[in-house]
Amino acid sequence: MPLCLSSIFSSLFSSLSAIVLNFLLCFLKDDTSDSDLELSMVRHQPEGLDQLQAQTQFTRKELQSLYRGFKNECPSGLVDEETFKTIYSQFFPQGDATRYAHFLFNAFDIDRNGSIRFVDFVLGLSVLLRGSVTEKLRWAFNLYDINKDGYITKEEMLEIMTSIYDMMGRYTLPSVRDDSPFEHVEKFFQKMDRNRDGVVTIDEFIETCQKDENIMASMQLFENVI
Amino acid sequence: MATGVAAWLPFARAAAIGWMPVANCPMPIAPRDNSRKQDELIILNVSGRRFQTWRTTLDRYPDTLLGSSEKDFFYNEETKEYFFDRDPDAFRSILNFYRTGKLHYPRHECISAYDEELIFFGIIPEIIGDCCYEEYKDRKRENLERLQDDQEENKDLKQPNLNFRETMWRAFENPHTSTLALVFYYVTGFFIAISVITNVVETVPCGTTTNQKDMPCGERYTVAFFCIDTACVMIFTVEYLLRLFAAPSRYRFMRSVMSIIDVVAILPYYIGLVMTNNEDVSGAFVTLRVFRVFRIFKFSRHSQGLRILGYTLKSCASELGFLLFSLTMAIIIFATVMFYAEKGSSSSKFTSIPASFWYTIVTMTTLGYGDMVPKTIAGKIFGSICSLSGVLVIALPVPVIVSNFSRIYHQNQRADKRRAQKKARLARIRIAKSGSANAFLQSKHNGLLNELLELTGSEEDEQKLIKSTSLLESQHHHLLHCLEKTTVRTPLCFTLNTHSSAHEFVDEQVYEQNCLETALQTYPSHSPSIASHNSPAVTCCGASGKKNTPLPNANLPLANPLPSHRGPLQELSALHIQSADPLSHTSSRSNLNLRTDESKRVNCKSGRITTAIISLPRPPALAPDADGLHGPPQRRPPPSAGTNIVKVSAL
Repeated sequence: MPLCLSSIFSSLFSSLSAIVLNFLLCFLKDDTSDSDLELSMVRHQPEGLDQLQAQTQFTRKELQSLYRGFKNECPSGLVDEETFKTIYSQFFPQGDATRYAHFLFNAFDIDRNGSIRFVDFVLGLSVLLRGSVTEKLRWAFNLYDINKDGYITKEEMLEIMTSIYDMMGRYTLPSVRDDSPFEHVEKFFQKMDRNRDGVVTIDEFIETCQKDENIMASMQLFENVI
Repeated sequence: MATGVAAWLPFARAAAIGWMPVANCPMPIAPRDNSRKQDELIILNVSGRRFQTWRTTLDRYPDTLLGSSEKDFFYNEETKEYFFDRDPDAFRSILNFYRTGKLHYPRHECISAYDEELIFFGIIPEIIGDCCYEEYKDRKRENLERLQDDQEENKDLKQPNLNFRETMWRAFENPHTSTLALVFYYVTGFFIAISVITNVVETVPCGTTTNQKDMPCGERYTVAFFCIDTACVMIFTVEYLLRLFAAPSRYRFMRSVMSIIDVVAILPYYIGLVMTNNEDVSGAFVTLRVFRVFRIFKFSRHSQGLRILGYTLKSCASELGFLLFSLTMAIIIFATVMFYAEKGSSSSKFTSIPASFWYTIVTMTTLGYGDMVPKTIAGKIFGSICSLSGVLVIALPVPVIVSNFSRIYHQNQRADKRRAQKKARLARIRIAKSGSANAFLQSKHNGLLNELLELTGSEEDEQKLIKSTSLLESQHHHLLHCLEKTTVRTPLCFTLNTHSSAHEFVDEQVYEQNCLETALQTYPSHSPSIASHNSPAVTCCGASGKKNTPLPNANLPLANPLPSHRGPLQELSALHIQSADPLSHTSSRSNLNLRTDESKRVNCKSGRITTAIISLPRPPALAPDADGLHGPPQRRPPPSAGTNIVKVSAL
């Protein structure tokens, strides 16, 4: 009798104490989940306006208006890849623009530090909007050359092409077939790869594009965007 | 387009240069930016308080008052500012919306005043950010309920022609409507009170008689009490029948709580009448008399407070239920323990666990009657633990549980509300998005039409046809159009045989429809376009398979062709002139653009209109749909075809 009694006693006591402690702790413990929300806010200031004016081809006023827009969207002064993907995807609501945005991010993020600062942003834009056709073609080559080794291989091109086709989304007429990117890449290589060595170098690229009047015409398309 | 990323549009467009070397087709022409002025500060004078902001900030949301040309109506020439005669405090949050992309609801602001400001400035309230949306919705709902109450009161005052039945029902529900109703109200109240008092007094022993024991008054003055009871029950029965007669929905009335109470209150009397004075059933009869106490609930019709109490209890049912459950758990635990602890002692009152329940309840609620007390030491120990924990279990957590549950309950309600609201919001966003997708398709045609008209040089038509899409929208659409062009499969962008196909953005429904119908596609290209494939001068567009497109302006003066007109052709899908139902979300294959080749102006208006005719039920042979989309145009019910179409049917 004393044995079972003591066992009952101990079990009851433990359960009771558990209940009591739980109730007490409810009052004493405050919500510590907010501490996890402490983000480390990194802030970045761009270089001076004069320096940027020297490095790019924008006027002062253009740089000012560009920076205002940039700072409004990214108050911390840096764009990381996720934010970049989100922003870019909003322009293509019907498809999935994240892959292409990834490549674009790498093209803008010249020093490969994982975030785009204002100076990277404005340098890229300067090439795209105010640069010569050769510079623009060079930029495009840099975009396609994923590993930045100076050669565009078929695999790289296929990835780029797939990402572009992904942006179209599902609801297109006619539907994007699974081999559409591949076909497109084949055509591209047929056109660009002069010496049929399976890669496209920067010179082949620039040379071929300069001969194609469609491409030359479309390069001028966005002159007056800013 | 999503809010707040208008600033990135130039970037996205610049980045589109990355597609150019890959594209095989010429790109569409970019929309002209006619207003090439530098970004300037504009002054918004709102009732004397001056706000300043950049013009581009306001241009971010072109479908609002400040972002569109509507604000020109408020421009004050002398002071060179925009004057608005509105509340400057509310305007702050509206201007912040443009600046940050998030609309906040200031808590101190009256909800209807704020709503009016939003409506004035053309901002839909659904954009309110998540931080403020719940508050906004709660206050709006309160306001609505308040207004509804007011309306109901007003409604009651003016009800000229009701028939007798409705008047009676209204009299029952609202005693203040007429004096007769008031009289009835008081009479029934009085009788309820009488009935309850008689029930109570019946059991009081009144006076000693020659018999040995005190008799309750009920048995002494049987006849008197019986008369009073009869009178009350008659009144209640009449009232119940009248209510039943007057009720707009008898079935619903019979199911309502009040009518059940009425029935239960008067039923014992009738059962008593019916039953004889039988010894066996008198016991049951006595039980039935207990139900007479329900008459007191009839007072709830007369007392607002009782009704509110009942409603409160009902709404707190879940919390009370949990409290009860936790108490029950504790009771069972302690009763078991006490039973086993007291099992050993002799003459113990704790004969079984259910018998110990009584002890546990009395101890935990600190009543302590003392009719059952533990005798063993262990029993006393556990008994004291029981009473201590009774205090804890009952007194302490009740407010905590209540407040916790109130918080969690409201949180859940808020989560449900948010979920429900989210659906509505998403629906609205989807509508807006599909609207924008259609705007895109539409503007493509506008763009094509514009170019067409530029080529032909008719300015006034251009003015007519340009819908008021903002520059931002048209730039965005141009970007999407470039993407389409990039993904053309063949290098021959402007031929019309089966395999030329730039992928196009279409609507979901159209897409699915086409998926169904691609199975049925037979492609014969019976149009003259096949011939045109070789010679650019012939109609080329016939095979483009255009479907009906919603055009803003159906009357294109250029589109009055003679059927045999084969002048300079302009191949544009936009020349579907019939005023299609603007809501039909049809896509158009506008990919077959010869636009950039000005040297070849292929006017395939006539050919085009054949395809328009395809929309009328016609045999497939006449369906020159290029890419196998014959099905859909035929299946579509013909839109209201303009006379233009009919003219061309000669073809």
